[in-house]
Amino acid sequence: MSSKTEKNGDTKSPFAIALKAINKQFGPVRANQDIDLNVRAGTVHGLIGENGAGKATLVSILYGFYTADSGTISVNGTPLNIKGSADAIAHGIGMVHQHFMLVPIFTVLENIILGHEGQKGLQAGMEDGRAELERLSNQYGLDVPLDAVVSELPVGIQQRVEILKALYRGAKILILDEPTGVLTPQETDQLFEILKTLRQQGVTILLITHKLREIMAITDYVSVMRGGKMVAHLDTGDTDPTKLAELMVGRPVLLEADYPDANIKDVQLDVKHLSYQDSAGAPVISDISFALHAGEILGIAGVSGNGQSELLEILAGILQPTDGDIHIAGKHITAEQPLGPAEVKALGVAHVPEDRHAVGMVLPFSAAETSVLGYETNEALGDSWFFSPSRLKTHCAKLMQAFDVRPANPSLKSSQFSGGNQQKIVLAREISSDPKILLVGQPTRGVDIGAIEFIHKELIALRDRGCAILLVSVELDEILSLSDRIMVMNNGQHMGVVSRDEADPQKLGLLMAGITDGAAAS
Amino acid sequence: MTQNQLPRWVDIGLLPLINILAAFIVAGIIIALVGENPFEALAVMVKGAFVYKGSLGYTLYYTTNFIFTGLAVAVAFHAMLFNIGGEGQAAMGGLGVGLIALWLGPILHPLFVVILAIAAAAAFGAIWGAIPGYLQAKRGSHIVITTIMFNFIAASILVWLLAGMLIAPGQMSPETSRFEEGVSLMKIHELANYFGWKMARSPLNLSFVIALLSCLGVWVLIWRTRLGYVIRATGFSPKASIYAGHQPARIIILAMAISGALAGMMALNEVLGVHERVILNFTAGYGFTGIAVALMGRNHPVGIIFASLLFGALYQGGAELDFEFQTITREMVLMIQGLIILFSGALAYMFTPWLARFFVRAEGQNG
Repeated sequence: MSSKTEKNGDTKSPFAIALKAINKQFGPVRANQDIDLNVRAGTVHGLIGENGAGKATLVSILYGFYTADSGTISVNGTPLNIKGSADAIAHGIGMVHQHFMLVPIFTVLENIILGHEGQKGLQAGMEDGRAELERLSNQYGLDVPLDAVVSELPVGIQQRVEILKALYRGAKILILDEPTGVLTPQETDQLFEILKTLRQQGVTILLITHKLREIMAITDYVSVMRGGKMVAHLDTGDTDPTKLAELMVGRPVLLEADYPDANIKDVQLDVKHLSYQDSAGAPVISDISFALHAGEILGIAGVSGNGQSELLEILAGILQPTDGDIHIAGKHITAEQPLGPAEVKALGVAHVPEDRHAVGMVLPFSAAETSVLGYETNEALGDSWFFSPSRLKTHCAKLMQAFDVRPANPSLKSSQFSGGNQQKIVLAREISSDPKILLVGQPTRGVDIGAIEFIHKELIALRDRGCAILLVSVELDEILSLSDRIMVMNNGQHMGVVSRDEADPQKLGLLMAGITDGAAAS
Repeated sequence: MTQNQLPRWVDIGLLPLINILAAFIVAGIIIALVGENPFEALAVMVKGAFVYKGSLGYTLYYTTNFIFTGLAVAVAFHAMLFNIGGEGQAAMGGLGVGLIALWLGPILHPLFVVILAIAAAAAFGAIWGAIPGYLQAKRGSHIVITTIMFNFIAASILVWLLAGMLIAPGQMSPETSRFEEGVSLMKIHELANYFGWKMARSPLNLSFVIALLSCLGVWVLIWRTRLGYVIRATGFSPKASIYAGHQPARIIILAMAISGALAGMMALNEVLGVHERVILNFTAGYGFTGIAVALMGRNHPVGIIFASLLFGALYQGGAELDFEFQTITREMVLMIQGLIILFSGALAYMFTPWLARFFVRAEGQNG
């Protein structure tokens, strides 16, 4: 399986980064065990693995956040002792974090200069910085408005600012940690173009991801981690997604779930002329109508930020519509007679929110406590005032078993589970309420492959039991593989509905961009 | 990150001890600088707090105040509210006790009056906590600002009433007349003597038992009831709370009312237990010290009991220090208390990275 021997030569020059026999232990957890990693200069090297495989630890050691228990790090052939991020930067290693480290109220220029203002006073330092940044953005094709305030820029541009910041500090080796997690498909494509330019200019890139598609699209080499160990080093050209997925998970994985024909029944949710304006009065959703039937999955496709998130929150009762009618289980909801989340839930509507960390769970809560969030009044958990902790744990243990949550420990804090297992806890909680309607937002965002497979199967099984499912996702692949019908939203408007058989990425892509043609009937 | 790596017993047991030790070392250095022997001073302090006749009673009497105000801060904190208004809520609680005792004292049997006075202490404190809670929940006025302002309002109301309508007839000092015979909480030493157990006189009274029961009540409320669950959910993540169908505004008001009620009950100790009348400034800063107590006790009732005991001992032992040493003044004792608050409050996590490194290394060697 491993072809590392061929790249393991001790000659100095070809490797920008050479890690040897890295070990790191946290308490009883061996996060990194004898990790070797050689990254050739001027290549894009992918590091792939499921959540918890040890990628983040390895990168943190490389960037000086942690010190390895044993092992050596060499950069451009020189063994180094990296004690902190300042050391890493001094040796030309730059990092772009998953969550950006920018001051939102500063301009791009101020953010990049921050900490490097020079000795000549702020104004002169800014002018020097501007000249240097203009040179850099020309060289690498990184187009960034230097005087714009960061908080007003789209995430894709903010990410470019982060990259530019690293380059400005002299980085010749760039580490990107899950860079596409927050990007739309278009922004991802743009990022990859930038990475290609950087590679042409001799920058070495280490790309940490769990998305197979990205590995295939952009990397030259790929290293696979599983359970704290390095399991393979491969030439990207010699491998394929199925093989990589198998290496990551340790067993064969179905990348596409089985999809039996839908048995569509009566209307469960009827939305007519729904509109929503945000607190500033700007229209977010304009005049949307659709119906959701029992036994179907209706996918909502669209570039992130086109009103899908708000639609989900309105249907869940979290936001109140400004106009229009919603019919759920015989109840008529309008702007004048809104229902809150608890009342909507009582109608048989379950909701898996888009942001599972801030909304779907309470991170400091134990898994047992999170497993009843929103259902804490459930009579089975105790009498009307008091909880029974043992019943809470039994309840959670049952959910954990049914949804294969690991570790199956109800007392563990919610924050200590991996993304996939957190999502399984949320999904288990919502599905176990036996809902008539399930609203799902980004069910597999930040979730590893093994869990994606499981979650998709569960959603299809729920559909087959007669639940009406509304699926919002920015992953077009996910929409395409799960939906019976696909509704596309652009700029808060309903662009059309495409049936499963007619749907393809090109057609949806046009609708997502706001371009309609006669063929897309609504 | 580093904090999570520490074993639990280190985090809740060893770390506070190290913090206290650090405070004592600094205090010791200062005592040495003024020319006294720090170890002698420490011995006097410990004896003064626990050993001398009646001293334990005094220590526990102070402890009672700290338990109430510490619990008050902790309950609010579980809803992520920083209640700095313990002082005002306690003052209003005292007013409630006074009004009931003066009004119903001459009419009803003392036992009923005491029961109603206890309820009034909690109710007045609850209202004084709930108003800032309402302003936070509905109007977005920051709880820290409003509770501070409510401390001033409460203090002014008390001055106005005690110097005016409620002042004892024929009296110059601003205080109410003494409550009727029997309208008070029994002293523990009287109770002990009644059962034939010799105990020295001290102001320690039944409110200490109420304080301990309150600890149990708060523990049950926060970790065993649905309301406590909702309070914690709201505190940790308001968004998740809304998603779950809770009503954060209502929870904020409720949590502040419970917090205020606990602070208000501090008046049971001072007004109903000791003075048997409402006097000016009986809150004496206990409401503020409650913040440090809650912080040190990690907002857990058991931790708060230990932290209160420490502060109680400091108050009582400190008074003894002041008494025994010419050079150690009352201000010096206050400074030692300040150091404890500084090290276990503001600098609570100062030693965490150091401890984390120590334990990670130790585990690395074992593994």
